[in-house]
Amino acid sequence: MGTKAAASRRTFIKTAGAAAAGALAAPYVKTAYSAGKLKLGLWDHWVPGANEALEQILTRWGENNGVEVTVDFITSIGNKLLLTAQAESRAGSGHDIFSHAFAMVPLFKHRLVPVDDVVEDILSTQGPIAEISRFSAFLDGAWKGSPSPTGTLSYPTVARRDLFLEHAGIDLTELFPASDARDPARIDGWDWETFREAAAALHAAGRSFGAPLATTPDGSAWLAHLFASYGAAMVDEQGELVVNSDAVREVLEYLIRLAEFMPNSVYAWDDASNNRWLISGEGGAIFNPPSAWAVAKRDNPDVARHVWHCDVPRGPAGRFRAFTSFFWGIWDFSENQSAARDLLRYVAEPEVVTTMLRASQGFDLPLIRSHYDHSRVWAEAEPPAGVLYNYAMLGDERTVFAGYPAPPEIGARIATQQILPSLAARVTQGGDSISDAVGWAENELEGVLRG
Amino acid sequence: MRVLPPLLRRKPAVAVLMCVPLFALILGLVAYPFFHALFLATLNKAETAFVGLDNFTFLFGRQTFWMVVRQSLLFALVAVVFKALIGLAAAHAINTIPTKGQRKWRGMMLIPWVIPPALSTLGWWWLFEPTYSAINWGLTKFALPAVPWLSDTFWARFSIILVNVWVGAPFFLIMYLAALKSIPGELYEAADMDGAGPWQKFFYITLPMIRNIIAITTLFSIIVTLANFDIVRVLTQGGPLNSTHLFATYAFRVGIESGDIPLGAAVSLFMFPMLAILAFIILRNVRRRAASLA
Repeated sequence: MGTKAAASRRTFIKTAGAAAAGALAAPYVKTAYSAGKLKLGLWDHWVPGANEALEQILTRWGENNGVEVTVDFITSIGNKLLLTAQAESRAGSGHDIFSHAFAMVPLFKHRLVPVDDVVEDILSTQGPIAEISRFSAFLDGAWKGSPSPTGTLSYPTVARRDLFLEHAGIDLTELFPASDARDPARIDGWDWETFREAAAALHAAGRSFGAPLATTPDGSAWLAHLFASYGAAMVDEQGELVVNSDAVREVLEYLIRLAEFMPNSVYAWDDASNNRWLISGEGGAIFNPPSAWAVAKRDNPDVARHVWHCDVPRGPAGRFRAFTSFFWGIWDFSENQSAARDLLRYVAEPEVVTTMLRASQGFDLPLIRSHYDHSRVWAEAEPPAGVLYNYAMLGDERTVFAGYPAPPEIGARIATQQILPSLAARVTQGGDSISDAVGWAENELEGVLRG
Repeated sequence: MRVLPPLLRRKPAVAVLMCVPLFALILGLVAYPFFHALFLATLNKAETAFVGLDNFTFLFGRQTFWMVVRQSLLFALVAVVFKALIGLAAAHAINTIPTKGQRKWRGMMLIPWVIPPALSTLGWWWLFEPTYSAINWGLTKFALPAVPWLSDTFWARFSIILVNVWVGAPFFLIMYLAALKSIPGELYEAADMDGAGPWQKFFYITLPMIRNIIAITTLFSIIVTLANFDIVRVLTQGGPLNSTHLFATYAFRVGIESGDIPLGAAVSLFMFPMLAILAFIILRNVRRRAASLA
């Protein structure tokens, strides 16, 4: 009897063990329908109402798929999004899906699961992704992030068309019309020298151009397109230090001349300061996504109806616009990766992207080119009519981000260490000679390049 | 009546047992983080290989790092001196008020120290806001020029020191006040009879009697001030031109924001040997003085 009982216990344990091992090894067949929970840490949108729209979309998807979705919106002010990602990646716990701005994917690639199957599905059905976005998220031969339905943005010139016309004699609405009737020959004259002359006129009228020369992401962004348009790079594609170049010296000389017409407070600005500068009516121009206009529409409509978004000025090496791609990545500690993959596929569908485009009043730029065709949000935005028509890049601008063209991991660190604004501030405020400032940048970049 | 087990009847054993929670806390919250930081500081950037002291030697070749060292020392020395002077003056002032009226003054003076610094510093940030500073608004009302509180290197340093002094002076005040109250009144009465003036009483009675408290308070404040993070983080984020970075904020920039945790750990550990020596010297002197008084 005793032997029989012992044998049954052994048999039971063996059977249960085999069943458990089988269950662990078995593929997750039912995908999202197998329910479970998904926690999302998403970027907190600047535009009023966009978070609510996204939460509705995600909740509805959760209800339809039997997944309990929880969303935390995390602000990027004070780098909180990056800090939260850093904390979660080191702790190995937190959200399942996390929003990653361009520099974050390379920084956290070791903790992000490849999502090749998801992204290849999306690209095969919806067409190619912006090349600069591929550069940020296709790392070591694998996709480490999937296109986010929100957050991707660019930094066009956001100017007061009335002030430009009155003080600088430039009719921005004519130069960058809200139609396809662009005149490339005239736009060719929209270069940094023309911009500086306009900035001088605006400054004289007490309505200066303002952009951060402080260690803040917006500071890195606008300097990224300025530096690129002069062909000035910190580190090249091969990861070689190239900051000590004529192009860098030339762009720094230009910055010294431009900064004369900027407010002194730009050295302490954060990402919200340039918005406030324009919304208050004090500023004549900034480089920013349409959030400043969207908030002005609510808080200061008299300013909003004079705002115009248009191309960035051209430099000797071409015309560039800073571009920040947003991806959603799945942490390797996520316990519901199958449902997470399904959700990534869903939020890249054109209907979701179009809904979010409208909810964000055109702030969010789709990463997939074909999604541009699904929406007329930029054409229909007002006041004034056509204010965002040129937010979606229509001319000869190429996209760029701080640190480009360095390899993504290096570029990400150039961006997060804010080397561009620090370098710019050294020559425009710190009293450094250009040679000293370049020497300082070389010293800093050695830290970025070290293994 | 139940009898305690033999082990618990021995006083040393009970003492050790009762200290276990404290040891556990120190191990978990002090020793482990410290040794983990030491360990991290010896790894390469990817945290995959042991590199010995390479992170420290690398730091010694960084211009920005040495600027941070100078700034941290300047910040700590100036802030601690002003906190000590203001604390001492305020403690004396309050000590002269009749006991009944002291409580409300003590309470009011402690407010800056009691409010969470991140919150109170946010209030200061509104006062110093780069473009729409409330203080500048007031200055311009009196036709005075606006001050670039946070956008100029001198004024940015001034601002973070000012806020640190505002937050930290009440700590000195309360410590000095407690020390002043512990001085026997007979000493001052005897000095009065000998015709001593206020300064003589201050230099020959007050200062010697509170010297230990001054030393301990100063040591504690130097450590806390050098490790300050929140004021700089909220007010300037280390700018402009990295001119307000302290060890903690620079370590944070390098380690957390830029993903180079080992280098960040090396930055944060840099001051440890110097502070340890300083603490050893000050505490040894305190012990000696205490022994001589006994």
